[in-house]
Amino acid sequence: MNSPGFFETFGFGPDGWGAALAVGAVMTVLIAVCGFAIGAVIGIFGAWAKISGGPVARAAAGTYTTVLRGIPDLLVIYLFYFGGSAVISAAGRLFGNEGFISFPGFLAGALAVGVTSGAQHTEVFRGAFRAVHPGEIEAAVACGMSRMLRFRRIVAPLTLRHALPGLGNVWQVVLKESALVSITGVVELLRQSQIGAGSTGRPFDFYVVAAALYLAISTVSGLALQLAEKHSRRGTGRAS
Amino acid sequence: MNLVFMWETFLELIAAVPTTLRLAVTAVGLGAVLALLLALCRTSGLRILDWPARFYIYVFRGSPLLVQIFLIYYGLSQFPEVRHSAVWPILREPYWCAVIALMMNTAAYSGEIIRGGLLSVPQGQIEAARACGMSRFLAFRRIVLPLAIRQALPGYGNEMISMVKATSLASIITIMEITGVAARIISDTYRAIEVFLVAGAIYLAINFVLTRCVAFLEYRLSGHLRQPLPTRPRVTGDSP
Repeated sequence: MNSPGFFETFGFGPDGWGAALAVGAVMTVLIAVCGFAIGAVIGIFGAWAKISGGPVARAAAGTYTTVLRGIPDLLVIYLFYFGGSAVISAAGRLFGNEGFISFPGFLAGALAVGVTSGAQHTEVFRGAFRAVHPGEIEAAVACGMSRMLRFRRIVAPLTLRHALPGLGNVWQVVLKESALVSITGVVELLRQSQIGAGSTGRPFDFYVVAAALYLAISTVSGLALQLAEKHSRRGTGRAS
Repeated sequence: MNLVFMWETFLELIAAVPTTLRLAVTAVGLGAVLALLLALCRTSGLRILDWPARFYIYVFRGSPLLVQIFLIYYGLSQFPEVRHSAVWPILREPYWCAVIALMMNTAAYSGEIIRGGLLSVPQGQIEAARACGMSRFLAFRRIVLPLAIRQALPGYGNEMISMVKATSLASIITIMEITGVAARIISDTYRAIEVFLVAGAIYLAINFVLTRCVAFLEYRLSGHLRQPLPTRPRVTGDSP
C-alpha cells in the first residue's frame, strides 16, 4: 500500500484535505443560514397573509405553500440557477452585453433553499401564532398598547417561543437541502468532497467524512436549538 | 411563454413519469419492510436490537440523501472486493443504487413513524387479544399491526410524498426521470421557467393523486370512528 493513510488524507497537513473540507463545511453552514433567513422572512409574511390577509393574500399564500411542498427542491434550484442566468443574460443584452452571464450559484442556492423552506416556515409561524393565548393579546390591548408595540412586545416573542421546536425541524431540513446546492458548482461540503473523491480516487472515504461532518453540524445545531428552546421557556410552568 | 414549446416539453416529461413512479414505488415498498424491522427493533426493549436501530436512524436522518446516494453509487466502487463480488451487477446500475439509497433513507424516517403507531396501540387491546388465547405473533398480526398502520397512515402519507420528491435526486446519478429530463431540456434550451412550470405541474399532479389515495384509505380504515349514517330501520318479513 503506497497510498496515504486515512488520517494523512483528511488531516490538516500539506497533502491533507482537512482544511478544504472545513472551509466547505463553513460554506454549507453559510448557505443554510442564508436560506433559513430568507425562508423565515417569507414565512413571516406568509403566515401574516394566512392569518389576517384578505381573500387574495390568503389564496396566494395557500397556493404558495401547497405548490412548494409538492414539487422537488432540486427543480426549484434548477429554476433559480438557470432561470436566474436567463434573466440576467436578457438584462445584460439590454445594456449591450451579448453573451451569457451566469447567475451566482451561492445566491441561486440560498434563494432556492429560502423559497422552499419559506413554505414550511409559513406553516410553523401560523401554528405558533395560533398557540398564543387570545387573552394575552386582549390584555395588551387593554393596557393601551398600539398595534406595533403589541406585536413587538407580546405577539412576536410569544409566537417565537411556540415556533422554536418547529423552526428546529425546518433548520435540519434546510441543512440537508443545502447539499443540493452543490449542483450549481458552489464549493460547499459535498462539492468539496466530490472534488476530493475525484482527485484521490477514494470516493467512499470522502463521502463518509462528508456524511460525518453533516451529522456533526446537525447534532451540534440540534443541541444548541434545544438549549434555546429551554431558555425561551424559562419561567413557564409545565403542566404535569 | 411559448405554448407549443410547453406542450412539447410536457410530452417529453410525461414519458419520464413511469421511471419516477417505479423508483418511488420500489423504494417505498422495500423501505416499508425495512422500516417495520427497525420499528420492531426499537420497540423490542432489547438493548442489542434497540441501539443499532437508533444509530441507523440517527445516521440516515442526520445526513443529506444526496450524500447517501453518492456513497452507494460512487463510494462502494472504491473497494475491489465489491467490484469483484456477486452484487456488483446490481451496484453498478445507477437505477438500483438510487433505489437502495432511497429505500434506506425512507426506512429511517418511516421506521419512527411506524414505531409511533405501534406505541399508540392501547395496552388493553393487546391484553384482550392475549386473553382470547391468541399467540403473540397472531395478536401482532391481527390486532397490533392493523391498528398501528391506521394510526401511522397520515405520517406515512407525508413520507410517501417526500419520497416522490426525493426521486428527483436520482437524476444527479444519470437517471432520466422527470427532473433529469427537465434538466436536460433546460440546458438545451435555457428556458428554465417554462420547463419548471410543466415539470412542477406534473409533480403536483402525482402528489395530489397520492394524497387523495391516502385520504381515501384513511377514510376506509376509520369506519369505526365515524358517526353511523342515519339509515331507515330495515323491514324484514312479518313481525311477530
